[in-house]
Amino acid sequence: MTMTPAAADTVRVGEDMILNMGPSHPAMHGTVKMVLTLDGETIKDMDIHIGYLHRGFEKMAEMGTWQQVLPYTDRLNYVSPMINNVGYVMAVEKLWGVEITPRAKYIRMLISELSRLTDHLTSLAAGAMELGGFTPFLYAVEAREYLYPVIEELTGARLTTSYTRIGGVAKDLPDDYERTVMKAIETMRPLVTKLDKLLTKNRIFYDRMIGTGELTREDAISSGCTGIMLRSTGVDWDLRKHQPYLAYDEVDFDVIIGAKGDNYDRYLCRLEELDQTIRIIKQIFKQMPGGPINVGDWNVVLPPKHEVYNSIEGMIAHFKLITDGHQVPAGEAYSAVEGGNGEVGFYIVSQGRGRPYRIHVRAPCFYAMGIMKKLSVGKMLADIIPTFDTLNMIGGEVDR
Amino acid sequence: MSDLLIALLRAEKPQAVFGSHNTAGDATILVAREHLVDVMQFLRDDPRCRMEQLIDVTVADYLEYAPELRGQVSPCDADNRFGFTSARLPRFEVVYHLLSLSLNHRLRVKTFAPEDDAVVPSMCDLWIAANWGEREAWDMLGVRFEGHPDLRRILTYPEFKGHPVRKDYPLRGYQPLIPMPELGHYTDQENFR
Repeated sequence: MTMTPAAADTVRVGEDMILNMGPSHPAMHGTVKMVLTLDGETIKDMDIHIGYLHRGFEKMAEMGTWQQVLPYTDRLNYVSPMINNVGYVMAVEKLWGVEITPRAKYIRMLISELSRLTDHLTSLAAGAMELGGFTPFLYAVEAREYLYPVIEELTGARLTTSYTRIGGVAKDLPDDYERTVMKAIETMRPLVTKLDKLLTKNRIFYDRMIGTGELTREDAISSGCTGIMLRSTGVDWDLRKHQPYLAYDEVDFDVIIGAKGDNYDRYLCRLEELDQTIRIIKQIFKQMPGGPINVGDWNVVLPPKHEVYNSIEGMIAHFKLITDGHQVPAGEAYSAVEGGNGEVGFYIVSQGRGRPYRIHVRAPCFYAMGIMKKLSVGKMLADIIPTFDTLNMIGGEVDR
Repeated sequence: MSDLLIALLRAEKPQAVFGSHNTAGDATILVAREHLVDVMQFLRDDPRCRMEQLIDVTVADYLEYAPELRGQVSPCDADNRFGFTSARLPRFEVVYHLLSLSLNHRLRVKTFAPEDDAVVPSMCDLWIAANWGEREAWDMLGVRFEGHPDLRRILTYPEFKGHPVRKDYPLRGYQPLIPMPELGHYTDQENFR
């Protein structure tokens, strides 16, 4: 539609209005455009344009070695980067048949759960802010700020962690790390209580959330929704519980499920999962095994530095691994982990030549966004905001 | 569990399944595209399969893959009746990942499309998830899904030329910008090179 001054001045009664919501809109976190056909405030049609953050992850991944893909995975779901790190290396290890050490498993679980906390807090914070509650946003972001230094102490970065390695993790936990983490969680937890008190029984928040964006169980299943989206409709499904990976079968936690699948249920599920995650973290520290963090095979993990500089074998192993890459055998594998928003899957194809032949990421938000239209058409314009928030689209993951 | 699923499919749909593997514990069947809808329908509705979720749709382009290694990804049976051998499979593999929530198992279904006829049937009637998944696969790799109600580009834009994840997509070059003739901008492409 061309915008000429004449067209803008004309009042058209009885005609539908086309409204472009986004890509630069305060509530469209992560640049997405919705072309809405409106009849008054009722949405008659909706077309979602994604891809504004498309940067060719899958193509880039084919250009480097297996290890060089890892930093790109940080940028997929950038509020829980370490879950992506874990998911990617698990796919490579699955195809290669590498069995990691028990300590590495527990460290990977720990970083996944720390990331889940930051993910859910970000979602809750943004959700509250976009409904007009700036104070809860500050509480939740402050809570997240207690966790980022903990992550930084471990990985050296707040967001772009790149912490895992094929065959283990980059480095062992810092000294006294349990105390650091538990102190951060103890400082953070009262803020979540405040958030809960500010939002859960808040009349305005409740009215905006309850009964909006209602997702039926059939639609949730058929549209490939996973994680919170699926659980909020009452389906008891969590990959950590039902297809346990790492050592999730050794820790005890509850799967939080909703009943109606509306925005309020999704909000409550996120809030409750924070406590379950803290519960898992406590058990992880209690059960943390000792021992090495990497497998001993120099074909999989870089040799220790003193071997590289003082022995010819170490030097060769290091050089081969850096230049030729990991010699993952030809074949294909799909590995999935429970991310902040649902099943994060990596489908990898190898040709056995030290670099990936094809990597495809199954992003949970991508399929959740596919059902967004169905949740919105026929409903009010203002309901898009809470629905989009609890759906928690992350641009880096959807657009790749 | 995954072995049972493969055996079941082989017994129930012998004319459609022409290969399978179980590498790394991922049950995989190879299906001729003529029988794909039939097999998928069976997988979704049969009480022994109950694949309620189409977890993912993607395509892999085997243009540069070593023919002698192809059998490790897509092993065909020796007595296949479709004229395929592992070394001479068509260029594109369309890969579906299915998940059963009620029976807690997964299956990968792969079908094939040659370069000059890169079309496979759409799964939109069976799972809502196929809509966006197939749009992405079309956008990135240029395999058409016949029967898809809305097969448009999704990650790139309508003026985009080519399909970027194909192996022969050039790594250097320029794409057309979005024309905005009403503003008189961006019509002269040369200025932006």
